[in-house]
Amino acid sequence: MTPEELKKVQVAKTVDARGTACPGPLLEAKKTVGTIKSGDIMEVLSADEGTKSDLPKWCAKQGHEYLGTIEENGYFKVFMKKK
Amino acid sequence: MLPEISNQTDQENQIIHLQEQIDTLQTKITSLENLKKDQLSIAIVSGDMDKIMAAMVISLAAAAMDTHVKLFFSFWSLSALRDKKKKADGKDFISKMFGIMLPRGRNKLKLSNMNMAGMGPLMIKYLMKKQGVLSLGQMFKEASELGVEITVCEMSMNLMGFKKEEMIDYPNLRYAGAATFVSEANESSIQLFI
Repeated sequence: MTPEELKKVQVAKTVDARGTACPGPLLEAKKTVGTIKSGDIMEVLSADEGTKSDLPKWCAKQGHEYLGTIEENGYFKVFMKKK
Repeated sequence: MLPEISNQTDQENQIIHLQEQIDTLQTKITSLENLKKDQLSIAIVSGDMDKIMAAMVISLAAAAMDTHVKLFFSFWSLSALRDKKKKADGKDFISKMFGIMLPRGRNKLKLSNMNMAGMGPLMIKYLMKKQGVLSLGQMFKEASELGVEITVCEMSMNLMGFKKEEMIDYPNLRYAGAATFVSEANESSIQLFI
């Protein structure tokens, strides 16, 4: 998805993992994904650069759909759709 | 009439033969599939704080990806599993000396580099807290919640003179020998040695 599309997307849950470093965001994402419904979209906020490549890999392994990443001022928003 | 019949039995025999070959291939494939599980085995030998951290971070990342994680603690790494609050009685002189000289628990571990008589670990812990890196204590807690299994090398326990009653409380902690690690590592798709 393009950044413009991602900005308009309906997010079911936001995980704010900006306070944690690797592998914190991954652990938070795993915990939260269990609380949303299939097809719901989750965004993960992370200040950790590694999250940009870690979360897509995690999605691919778990079967979730990685939608894209937006760079904000000092952090990233990673979007994914639960399988 | 006769040649036709023999032709038919020939074909039947061929089909039976092919079926047999398919069956053997299928059993081979299933045995290969069972051989490599989505599992990570790490033999942790080092007792340095940075190396234990590396092992735990990799384990947590793997466990978050639903990979089964089996850790085998041996030799110096046993210090990381000691509980500073617990004490064991009935040790002989050498075991007592080992107990005193080796770090008492994961918070007392040294760095493999820049230890600087304990200043290094303090500085790293400060930086970790500042940058939101999980502490070793938090990592062990997360690991236990994610079902990471810990196996402690029985031989190392005896060698260092450690007793089971001075080890940390951990839900999936068990004691075993090298053969356990080898057979489980054989099933794992990833094997590491730290």
